[in-house]
Amino acid sequence: MTALDPCERCEELMQDFLDRTLTDREWKEAETHLAGCEYCARRYRFEETLRKYVRTTAAERMPPGLLGKLEELRGLDATT
Amino acid sequence: MGDAEPAPEARRIAQEARDRVRFEEEALGLADQVYRVARRLVGSREEAEDLVQEAYARAFRSWRSYTPGTNMRAWLLRILTNLNVDRGRRMQRAPDMQPLEESDYYLANKLASAGGEEVLDQERVVERLSQDSVVHALADIPSQFREVVVLVDIGDFTYADAAEILDIPIGTVMSRLHRGRRALKQKLAEETIA
Repeated sequence: MTALDPCERCEELMQDFLDRTLTDREWKEAETHLAGCEYCARRYRFEETLRKYVRTTAAERMPPGLLGKLEELRGLDATT
Repeated sequence: MGDAEPAPEARRIAQEARDRVRFEEEALGLADQVYRVARRLVGSREEAEDLVQEAYARAFRSWRSYTPGTNMRAWLLRILTNLNVDRGRRMQRAPDMQPLEESDYYLANKLASAGGEEVLDQERVVERLSQDSVVHALADIPSQFREVVVLVDIGDFTYADAAEILDIPIGTVMSRLHRGRRALKQKLAEETIA
């Protein structure tokens, strides 16, 4: 098996690192690499920012009036 | 002489009416969160409103099948995603293309090679990626990947909840999520870098 370049390995772990789903060993491996590699640390910060940005920009509040329409559906019978 | 005790049947009916009101109140309290997911699953605000109304109509009709104390948000979203799949089938859209397999750093590397490493810093990211580009990119990724990205990254559902909502194994949620996020970054790169 060919060992991955450390930055490629870090990239491989990155999404799970952000999701906090790595094993303790993998977490330590990523953390150690990020502490000493500006290239990957910058990409880590970028990925983290991107996740938050997508979450906030894609969220659209319920339009006014929809709740009232849903209220009107209350009491619907299984046979109607 | 005091009032007679209500008959057991009357008590049962009164209890059921209270349970139903409690169910409806709880469901309506989640409407904004349900809408946020619906809005990113479909193409327009009108479609999202229709889908949410259809989902609530079905939920209110079948309220007895909800188990109190379980995750109602996931239960509602399961109804909504099933309805959305049925709609997709009715519209007989062309099958989704499989996204290309770009690397996780694809967008970061594209931005960095176009504008330098500093472009990746927090405030510059927001400058480069407009809200429209995020919305368009999300709408553009294949639906089976989009629904997982929307549930986990926008709806804040856990992998386990997303698996239950979509009725797929948790491993499938994880692989679709990874591929969906990569596809999103690829679309964002196309939208952002001329």
